[in-house]
Amino acid sequence: MNGALVESREWLVAQRWLLPVLILIGFGLAFAIPEYGWFNKYVQLVMMYVGINVILAVSLNLVNGYMGEFSLAHAGFMAVGAYTSALLTMKVLPVLDYPALFPIAILAGGAMAALFGLIVAVPSFKTRGDYLALITLAFLMIVKSLIENIDYIGGPRGIPGIRKLTTLPWVFFWVVVTIWVIRNFVYSKYGRGVLSVREDEIASDLMSVNTRRVKFLAFAVSSFFAGIAGGLFAHLLQFISPRVFDIIKTTDILIMVYLGGIASIGGSILGATVYTVLLELLRPSTVAAMLSWLPDVVFEPLNEHFIQHLGIWRMVIMPLALVLVMIFWPRGMMGLREFRWFIPKRDLEAHHRGAEHEGRHDVPHGQ
Amino acid sequence: MTFLTANKVKHYFGGLCAVSDFNLDLRSGELMGVIGPNGAGKTTIFNLITGVYQASEGSIQFKGTELVGKTPHQITALRIGRTFQNIRLFRDLSVLDNVRIAHYAQADYSPLEALLQIGRYRREEQRIIENSRRLLAIFHLEALAGETAKNLPYGLQRRLEIARALAIGPELLLLDEPAAGMNPNEIDLLMEFILWIRKEFNLTILLIEHQMKLVMGICERIKVLDFGETIADGTPEQIQNHPKVLEAYLGEGPVG
Ligand SMILES: Nc1ncnc2c1ncn2[C@@H]1O[C@H](COP(=O)(O)OP(=O)(O)O)[C@@H](O)[C@H]1O
Ligand SMILES: [Mg+2]
Repeated sequence: MNGALVESREWLVAQRWLLPVLILIGFGLAFAIPEYGWFNKYVQLVMMYVGINVILAVSLNLVNGYMGEFSLAHAGFMAVGAYTSALLTMKVLPVLDYPALFPIAILAGGAMAALFGLIVAVPSFKTRGDYLALITLAFLMIVKSLIENIDYIGGPRGIPGIRKLTTLPWVFFWVVVTIWVIRNFVYSKYGRGVLSVREDEIASDLMSVNTRRVKFLAFAVSSFFAGIAGGLFAHLLQFISPRVFDIIKTTDILIMVYLGGIASIGGSILGATVYTVLLELLRPSTVAAMLSWLPDVVFEPLNEHFIQHLGIWRMVIMPLALVLVMIFWPRGMMGLREFRWFIPKRDLEAHHRGAEHEGRHDVPHGQ
Repeated sequence: MTFLTANKVKHYFGGLCAVSDFNLDLRSGELMGVIGPNGAGKTTIFNLITGVYQASEGSIQFKGTELVGKTPHQITALRIGRTFQNIRLFRDLSVLDNVRIAHYAQADYSPLEALLQIGRYRREEQRIIENSRRLLAIFHLEALAGETAKNLPYGLQRRLEIARALAIGPELLLLDEPAAGMNPNEIDLLMEFILWIRKEFNLTILLIEHQMKLVMGICERIKVLDFGETIADGTPEQIQNHPKVLEAYLGEGPVG
């Protein structure tokens, strides 16, 4: 690579003050874009979806990436957060008079989802791998059928008419909170404990890590933010039903995580962004427009049987994509690597500082 | 003072009696060896002491505290460190993180302090880094702090495993076949090394070994196991000439 380019990139990475500055600029943009209509409503909507998906992917990565389990429950936690916060803003909190109550509803959704997360954590004490994956799948299905069977919350018809309280600044705010908190977690003794459980649970326990506690925390933090994302989602879509939070939703989040790469916050941000934008591009109208140059004999049948039914084909393509990514690209875009701006400075230094304690010369050493 | 005692410890795997009536009285500061043929139950004894398995019968006490019934991390937090017969590092993590993870019980902050970066969190994290780097420096691994553990050569991985075991701040160190895979020359250095860490870290050491040279060379007392039974117990001289040992383990002639 070009030497000057590498150098300027390294210079950029070293300027850690740039991250808070960029966050501030991001906030400014989040307010300005809807205010001045810099992008049309559709693009603004996609931006908010990207943000919500970043929250979902980063939080799922905690369990599936850092801890190395294969949880399918994420859409279930999302549902818990969505229903909790929607019921609060519709029936309990006077959000119209006091818009500041909206974050409280979102937080309550996160807290409720975290409670459910603690329940799912319990089987993880004794079970790992495929069996735990099955248990999380069962949890997802239980949440769905519970909702379907409670008439008070709309049953299978769902809840229409939720107020549109999710805005670009709110989404940006929660994205920053999610990344900050999960980053703090990952670079603490608890986060290292989670990583060591993935590597070797018995050795981890024998190095004094309280593995149960660490699993509890990982599930709680992960499901908390899934609940936050669910709340934002509900107040953006303005309609939720059990069908919205099915296995396909979980599959979407899984693809974002494995595409971006396990055990990487930066990877999940990239994975969620790329995947969300890709999904938007793959709508029937855009795909038809992109392929309209094909000769009619090819285009017409393709359009009729495939492109116009992309919504259904998705059910086949997406799980297939997940399997392909996991087999052929297990590291994804940034698996086990991280944006240097997210790594605490003391961690970077501790890993790379030269050997200042010379090493003891009286230590006998052979190899 | 009683340091580590085991009283009539038994352990079964299904119908197999892997350890039967194991007794131990390890004094503070002592260096004791456990030898015996493959499958004699040596590693199982380590797993019983550290809580990986629960003893089917009997009691194990460390400085007056009963260990049977406790979880491995509780036992480790009492300052019992160990290594493994087959190296069990956190392979995909950095050398530094391998050592930092072993500070879990000593790091004194709550999850909330960690999530919000408040309170004792920063100070404790800094302290863990300093201590980890000090340990790595002692073991000449400091320059490799950022290296992924699995990329280290075998000998350095063994050394890192000992550094990691020391990171929990042990008073008792259990070494499971530390000389496995070493040539005679390396074993000489390892012997010197074990004596050195015992002095430097004020350790009591219990070690399992196959290599007679190492056990006879540095252990003050030796226990010989065969099929889960303790067949002899004594100083290296006594063991070397013990008729049962000669018969069961050492083959025909005495080994020096
Ligand atoms: N987890 C286990 N399940 C069943 N049998 C085991 C297990 N671990 C060890 N054993 C058996 O217990 C006996 C003692 O094993 P071990 O303590 O590993 O021996 P050593 O370390 O002395 O070579 C062996 O017969 C071994 O096969
Ligand atoms: Mg063994």
